[in-house]
Formats: sequence, structure tokens, C-alpha cells
Amino acid sequence: MANESLKLKVAEYTAKVDKASAKFPERKNLEYNRLYTPLDLEGQDYERDLGLPGSYPFTRGVQPTMYRGRFWTMRMYAGFSTAEESNKRYRYLLESGSTGLSCAFDLPTQIGYDSDDIISEGEVGKVGVAIDSLADMEILFDQIDLGKVSTSMTINAPASVLLAMYIAVAEKNGIGPEKLNGTIQNDILKEYAARGTYIFPPKPSMRLITNIFEYCSKNVPNWNTISISGYHIREAGSTAAQEIAFTIADGIAYCEAAIKAGLNVDDFAGRLSFFWNAHNNVLEEVAKFRASRRVWAKVMKERFGATNPKSWMLRVHTQTAGSMLTAQQPENNVVRVALQTAAAVMGGTQSLHTNSKDEALALPTEDSVRVALRTQQIVAYESGLADVVDPLAGSYYVEAMTNQIEAEAWKYIQKIDDIGGAVIAIEQGYIQKEIQDSAYKWQKEVENDQRVIVGVNKFQIEEKPIEGLLRVDASVGELQKKKLADLRAKRDNAAVSAALAKLEAACNDESINLMPVILEAVKTYATLGEICGVMRKVFGEYQAHATL
Amino acid sequence: MEKRVRILVAKPGLDGHDRGAKVVARALRDAGFEVIYTGLRQTPEQIAEAALQEDVNVIALSLLSGAHNHLFPRIVELIREKGMTDVLIIGGGVIPDADIPALKTAGISEVFTPGTSTTTIIDYINANVK
Repeated sequence: MANESLKLKVAEYTAKVDKASAKFPERKNLEYNRLYTPLDLEGQDYERDLGLPGSYPFTRGVQPTMYRGRFWTMRMYAGFSTAEESNKRYRYLLESGSTGLSCAFDLPTQIGYDSDDIISEGEVGKVGVAIDSLADMEILFDQIDLGKVSTSMTINAPASVLLAMYIAVAEKNGIGPEKLNGTIQNDILKEYAARGTYIFPPKPSMRLITNIFEYCSKNVPNWNTISISGYHIREAGSTAAQEIAFTIADGIAYCEAAIKAGLNVDDFAGRLSFFWNAHNNVLEEVAKFRASRRVWAKVMKERFGATNPKSWMLRVHTQTAGSMLTAQQPENNVVRVALQTAAAVMGGTQSLHTNSKDEALALPTEDSVRVALRTQQIVAYESGLADVVDPLAGSYYVEAMTNQIEAEAWKYIQKIDDIGGAVIAIEQGYIQKEIQDSAYKWQKEVENDQRVIVGVNKFQIEEKPIEGLLRVDASVGELQKKKLADLRAKRDNAAVSAALAKLEAACNDESINLMPVILEAVKTYATLGEICGVMRKVFGEYQAHATL
Repeated sequence: MEKRVRILVAKPGLDGHDRGAKVVARALRDAGFEVIYTGLRQTPEQIAEAALQEDVNVIALSLLSGAHNHLFPRIVELIREKGMTDVLIIGGGVIPDADIPALKTAGISEVFTPGTSTTTIIDYINANVK
């Protein structure tokens, strides 16, 4: 048999090079084999395991045409300071060829506090734009056609409130919710596990999420109601397989919650989207993207019995790995981001944010954002990587790695099922511990020089101080406070109180979908802090257990 | 036997990035220090109170949200108000070089930026703890 002869030859080769490579200890301890051959793909069935792009199990991509139809959406994550400043940046990005918007909110907004709350001191406008009420949202999207642009919002615990504001702004401009395109992150489980901007405990949080699924399926049909995110799990230190495994386990939990709330799987599953990290190891990342599509397709078809092919597709937004950027010799980050971009594109992402070279130091300047966007455009138009669908399929290594990551992911998903699902696994700290262990292992490897980070533990130089970093004006906090005081003085406060009372009653009645009630409150210019305050009062707050 | 050095690793403000804080906390523990980790979203008041209650020798603050110029000096102020004059206070995170001199003037003994090895932090603590 041909394989027998190949097996012998591979064994001879391995014995020979093992001896030779004893001289190169630093290249020896990699987690992969040195060489992959057809032996590593024994048992693979092309139609069953790969199929064609746009067909189950979608290993080769979710659309038949992929980038031969159109490129991925180039969606730069941006936002800082006030709505006025961020609106300027958005319009600059759209003029520069960005094809979608992605809003970064500041931490008070993400955690449901107004800018004048004592806890917001020092944080207003820092990591994103400060949004206190519909008035800020109107400014944020001033002169941007919400009927044409698609907007992604990195907002989780108060996602319902920000989505309501977006719907209200569109409505004021004569654009109905059925015409809106975009995404809210709305993924609370990874907030508990890795990102930290949770507010409420799991149960009411899951209710808010399923309320959004239901509301949007009827009223905002083109909206991606959740972006189930592995990005932050990876940033917190997980491996590639853990990233997709923990995220898909979260996805399973959302589906179970929605089905339990009475929704039909095919009514909401087509609007679920995912968010992956594009990390440094290019080929491992490509394999990860491919494996994740195959795992999700099987979960949706076999576990949940979804019958609409749209429900089986793992559509994904990607961001290059922020944690892999170095503060040392930051210009090298341009190269890292280019390689990460290549990985995301060969992995078949639907949209992409590329980080800027200065982000290990501060928020990016307009110039460095332009280089990051140009990186995507160069990969799209010049590199040829986008010319052929799933170009690495059939590579012995990439196919074997796809299988390996899939197998590892299933093991974790099984383990989480055994624990009782993602919610319980997070409450018990299991997922956090796995991520932390991987993060610590990575750091040890860097410190033992088992892992080289160019410019950090090898090839260092005497660094010149970096100039021209973006600084957020410290007066933003005061500015927002003043805007809030003016708003509270001039809005119809009786209407606000009535809307908030109605919201409180609705929170107490689980049979009510909260979305229309929140939308009503938002339109009275009730603030984000007031709305979340009511929900905090009824739902309570999540208490994290910090473990080391 | 000499009393072990006690370190409070703290996350002030609303920042949720705790990879660095947890990695550093674990490395400090592995290096033989007694480590208490506060978890996320601690106000300066909570951190100062925890430092007092736990009777720590070192406070290691981690912040990646850009609020360091406001929160770090506030914590030093509260710690000194509580009479803990010999506590070593250090910080780390995404902190531009330009901000470091003012933080040091405010009483942060050292600021560790991205790429710092945990052994550098351990050596610094050993050399400077009172």
C-alpha cells in the first residue's frame, strides 16, 4: 500500500532530522510537528469535512463567492472624548474608504454610569466616546446616513439602551428600524469571564439578551443581535482552541436561553455573529477560523436542530491582537498587523478591524489609524490573498491543524457541558482559571526566552521617547457634566419619571419584553445612568469572585 | 523567621483588563510574597481601606484605561492620610512615558509599562520595600 511506503519514509526522515535538529534546541519545543504529509489527513472526507464554500459545514467559508463577490467590511473601531470629536473621526474614516463604523464607548457608558457619576471620575471619554443620553447619540451620528452605513457597537451590559438610542436617532432622521444594519456586542458571558464590563447578574442579563433577540427578529431584522466574542478571551491570554471553545460554549448558552424563553431557533440564530482575534501565528489562526465554522455548523444543525442554513453559519468579525503589539520599537507593529490581517483574510472573516502601531502606548492617532486601514486595503487589492476562496485548503498542515483545533474545542465544550453549561462554568471560575493558566504560561515562556517577542526579549535597542501620541483632553469630563446639567434642566422631567417608573414595573415582570419600554425611556432623554440605575435597583449587580 | 512581604495587587477604576494584574500577582506569589488581589472596579477609597486592613507593605496598581493621572495620585493621597507612610506604591499598565514624572512626584515609586518582565518587578520590590 502506498501509505505503508510513505509511513516508512516519514519514519526514516523523522529519525534523521531528529538527530540533526538536536543542535537547534530553541526551535525544538514547538507544539507542532515539523512536517505534515498525507498521513496526517487519513480518514478525511472532502465532502463531509470541507465541502464547498457557502455549504455545510462551511469549513471553507460562509459565502459561495467570498471575496470574489466583495471584500470583507473594513470596519475600524473608534471613539474617544465627546460625541462631537468621535463624529469627526467617523466621518474621516468613511471618507478614507472605511466601509462600516465601529463605536468604542468609554467605560462609564459601558458600565451604565453617567459622566457626572462620582465613579466616572477620570474615565470619561478615555477608552471611547462618552454617551449619556439620546442627545449625545444624535451628535455622534450627525451627517451620517444610518440607512446606508452599518454600525457595530461594542456595548454589552447596557446594549439594549444603546441599541434603543440608535433606533431613536434613525427614526428622527426618517429611517425605519427595518432599514438598519449593524451589530451590538451584547455578549455578557465573556464580560464575566474576560472583559469585565458586566453590570447585572447572569439571569437578568440573559433575559435582556433574549428580549433583544426577540425584539429585533420582529422589528430590526437585519441587525446582528449579538457578537459572541472570543477576541477578549484570547486577549486575556487563552490559546486559539480555548478562544473558539469558550466562545462557542457561550453561544450554546445563549441559544439555550432563547429557546427556553420560547423562541424558535431559526428565528434568531441567523442573526448571531461572532468575533475572533487574529493573533500572531498566521497558519494556526487560519486553521482556527476554519475549525470554528465547522464546530458551530455542527452545533446548530445537530444539537439545536436548526434547519435554515443561515442558522448554521458562523459569520465573524475579526480584530488583530492588541495584546501582541509592543510598546518597544512600535513601528514593528505595522508588520505584525499586516501578518494578522493576512491570517484573518485567509481565514475568511466577514469584517476586520486592524489595530494601529501606537496602541500599546495610547489611543491611536489619525495618521496611525490610516496606516492600519491601508494595511487592509493593501492585503485586499495588492496581495492576491483575497483572490481565491479559502486558499490554504488542502495544505496538509492547515487541514491537520484545523482538525486538531476542532478536536480540542470539542473536548472543552464537553467539559463545560459536564459542568452544567457556560453560565455555571463561569460562576465557578473554571473558564477564568483556564484562561489565566494559559496567560501565565505565555508570560513564563517569554521570560524564559522560549518565546521570542522581537524588540522585547530579543533585538532590543536603546529607545527614543515616542512623540505625538494622542491625548484625550482632560476637560471632557467637565464638558459632559455640563451637557448633562443642561439636559436635565431642559427636558420634560415628568415624562422621564413616568418612563422610568414604567421600566421598573416591566423589569419586575419577566413576561414583558424590555426593549420597547427602554426605547420609550430613551426618547424622553432619560440618561443611560438613570435607565441602568432602575435596572440595577431591580436586578442587583454581579459580584465577581476574583481568583488567582 | 522574617515576616513575609505582603502585597496588595489592585485594579482601580472601571477598567476590566486584568491579564497583567493577574499574571503579576501570580508571579509575585511564586516569588514568595504574600499576595492579595482586589478584583476589578475598586474605588481609591476601597483600595486604601484594603491596604490598611491587610496591613500590606506594597500596593501594586494596574490600570489600562487612561485614568491613571486621576486615580493613582488619589490613592497615594488616601494611603498617606491613613498614616501608612512606609507603604511602597507602584503602578503599571498602558501609561505614556510623558505621564510618568508627574506620577512619581505624586508618590508612585515606579511605573512599569508593557513588556516589563515580572522579574524586574520582583527585583524592584525586593530592593525598595521598607
